[in-house]
Formats: sequence, C-alpha cells, structure tokens
Amino acid sequence: MKNLTSNMMLIATLLISGATFARAASSEADFKAAYAAAEAANKEAAGLRNQWTTTAATLAAAKKSADSGDFDQAVTQSREAEALAKASVFQATSEKERWKDLEIR
Amino acid sequence: MRKWISLVSAALALAFAAPPAIAADTPDPLADAKAFQKYFTTKFPKLKLEDFVNGPYSMNEDLYKQWQEKEQFPPYEFALEAGKEMFATPFRNGKTYGDCFPNQGIGIRQNYPYFDEKEGKVITLELALNRCREANGEPPFSYVKDEMASLTAYMAFTSRGKPFDIKIPDERRALEAYQKGKEYFYTRRGQLNFSCATCHVQEPGERIRAEVLAPALGIMNALPIYRSEWSGMGTTSRRLVTCNSQTRAVPINPQDEEYRDVEYYLSYMSNGLPISGPGARP
Amino acid sequence: MASTIRVRATSNGDITEVQALIQHPMDSGFVKDAQGAVIPAHFIRELTFEHDGKAVFTADWGPAVSKDPYIKFSFKGGKKGDDLKIGWVDNKGATDATVAKIL
Repeated sequence: MKNLTSNMMLIATLLISGATFARAASSEADFKAAYAAAEAANKEAAGLRNQWTTTAATLAAAKKSADSGDFDQAVTQSREAEALAKASVFQATSEKERWKDLEIR
Repeated sequence: MRKWISLVSAALALAFAAPPAIAADTPDPLADAKAFQKYFTTKFPKLKLEDFVNGPYSMNEDLYKQWQEKEQFPPYEFALEAGKEMFATPFRNGKTYGDCFPNQGIGIRQNYPYFDEKEGKVITLELALNRCREANGEPPFSYVKDEMASLTAYMAFTSRGKPFDIKIPDERRALEAYQKGKEYFYTRRGQLNFSCATCHVQEPGERIRAEVLAPALGIMNALPIYRSEWSGMGTTSRRLVTCNSQTRAVPINPQDEEYRDVEYYLSYMSNGLPISGPGARP
Repeated sequence: MASTIRVRATSNGDITEVQALIQHPMDSGFVKDAQGAVIPAHFIRELTFEHDGKAVFTADWGPAVSKDPYIKFSFKGGKKGDDLKIGWVDNKGATDATVAKIL
C-alpha cells in the first residue's frame, strides 16, 4: 500500500514537473505554430460561414502579444483562439440538424 | 486525412438523418405560417393579430404609452422626408425610381421580398432599389447607411396599413429559398449560441439587458426603423448585421443569400399583418 | 432650405403644451470617427421659445444632448391662433428660427 502510494506520488511529481518544464518560455516558433493552427480552424469556420467575433479578437490579441515579445501570452491566446474557432465549427455542423429543436410546428 | 474523416462523418450523418420522422420532404409554407401565427396568438391572447407589428410596444404597457406619445412627433420624420425627396428626384439620365417599380413604386412595399423565377433568387426591396440605381447608371447605396434607410422608409410609408402579401411560387427553388430562410432563423450562431428564435420565439416580452424583446411575428412590418440606440434610421440589412454581431457571430455581407432568405421567410410568416413602417424603436 | 424645427403647440385655453423636434447632429466633440480622429463638437448652445414678446422656455445646451433633440413642455397662457417663435444658436454660430401658430 505504502509502495503504491509513494509510486503514485513519484509519478505525480514527474508528471507535474514534466508539465511545468513544458511550460517554460515559449518561442516565436511555438507561437507561429499555435497561431497557424488557430487560423486554420478559423478558416474552416469561414467556409461554413460561421465565424465568431471573439475568435478574431483573440487572434488579434495573440498577434499583439507576439509583436511585443510576450510569446507565452501569445501562445496561450492562440490556443484559446483555436478552441473558439473549433467550437464555432462544431456549432455550425451540429446546428445543421439541431435547428429543428427550436422550430415552431 | 481530414477530408476522408469528414466524408465518413457526412455519410454517417446522412444514414442517421434519413428518413425524417417529423419534417415533411417538401416545405409547406402555409402550414408553417398558420402554426407560427397560432404560436404567438396563443402566447399573447390579449393581443389582436395586427398588434404584433408594434413589437416591444405590444409587450409592455409603459413602453406603449411612451411610444404613443412619441408617435405624435416621430423621430423618423426627417428620414421619411429625405426619402420622399430622394424618391422624386430623377437620376442623371432623367429616369426615376418609379420607373423601376410597379405602380410607380407607391404602395408596393408589402409585396417584397418576392422570388424571381428567372434569376432563381429572392429579391428584397433594398436589393431592387440598388438594382434600379445601377440599371440607370447610378452607384449603389450602402445597405446599412442613411440613404437606403430613407428610401425604404418612404416606400414603407406609402404602404402603411396594407397587409403583407408575400408569394412563394410552387416550384423547387422558391421552396428551397424559403426553407433556407427558415433554417437560418432557427440556427444558433455566435459565441452566445443564440438563434433569432432564441430571443424572438422563446422570449418575446422578456428582457435582454435593458431591452424588451419583440415577437418574431410582425417583426418585419415596422422596418426600416429609427432606433434610439443608433440615433438614426436603419435598414433591415443593418438590423440583421447588428443582430449577428450582438450574438458574437461575424456577420455575412448585407443582402447575402442567407439574409435575403430569412427576410423572405419572416415576411411570409407575417402575411396578413399590416405594414407599420417606418417605425421607431428603443 | 427646409426648416430644422418641427413644432406643434396646442392650447386648452389655460395651458399651452409645446412639442418640438429639431434636426441637428449634436456632436459632443468626444466621439472619434473610424479613422480615430475626433469629430469636432457641433451642438445647439441656446434654444428659445417666445410668446407675446416674452421667453416662455429657454434651454442652455451642451454636449450631453443627443442628436435630433425632442423637447416637450407646457406654459401658462397662450391661446389658439397666437404666434410662437422658436430659435436656436449653435456653437459654430449657425442659427435657425421659425414661427408656429398655437392650435
């Protein structure tokens, strides 16, 4: 039991430190990759004619952070923009059927 | 890889979607309109059918009193006068707006939008006005600015009291446009995940922030409107665009297909209700 | 050029009720245009209503009044057929005036 607990503690510590280590300063390359992913998702949303204004705003904020050299912030914002864009794609796709739920019959 | 996945999902979706248990294969606009009107008259039994064209004023007594007072000196008066003058002024080639429309453009607003069977698309009043301008060598107006608002205000005024008389020809493309308009109306969009129906079908008479929501029935009848919020006159296009951005959805272009189709759907749903435009709203 | 002032005054023999709608941009001077430049202040400074040679209503306005202002007020006196003079001056020195009959 004690072994199991200490093993789990060890794994947990490793995981946490691993995560912390990955969170050490993002580079411009990290930003460019994250931003590109967000833009691609937003482009998909555009194709479905269902972009969100907040996606565009977050992308702009990410670019601004990158321009001022804060790549950590820029990466975080890019990831948020990507999440927003993906959500908007999901919305457009699922609403193709879900709209009927609201229809007056 | 992505394409393959989406193809498979599409195939799966189709397999599960057919055949629909509730919805009929061909849209039945007349049945839809009956159900639509019944929904609202049941929800607001004290209102007469024509009361719905006054939107939030029929939903709230205090607002109604303030509006009645304001109608003695309506804020849309300046736009209306400007529109009348614009309508009467000939183009550089000598022709007038009246030459583009049946009955010289007077008392015809209640027939728009209509489905143009030659072109296979919905024609709204705003689109028709700009086409008239371009056909006579004039640059088109912005669909969201004062000039178009003034022109449509005047044309609405000449039709005041006339009931909406929207026609949907019994042919595939017109019914498709109608159906697309209906889908647009009920589809949720924007980060706030609202559809037009979320506010105007589920919550008419209730408040969103400080505003009282109008019912979807009769919502087209008062347009264009002078909105206190805008300190000015705004077109149908302007309202649709701002509605989109208010739900945090990026608007599409004014008079894009979806907007024209939803105007077609909503106008048809209000067939029989009188034109009350130009209107004034908070 | 058409008057910027629309007015309706009605008297019940004792009290006259006046409503007016004035066309004016009433730019506060605090709003910026799409390019970021400030839209210069352009608003009515003074608005006067006169009956029988006397001012029955004077308004000293500033940037806080919105575009195309609407005013409603009542004053004692005034009968059907009397003249009501209305005039305004704005911060650029422009003016407009009109005379309306009390109904």
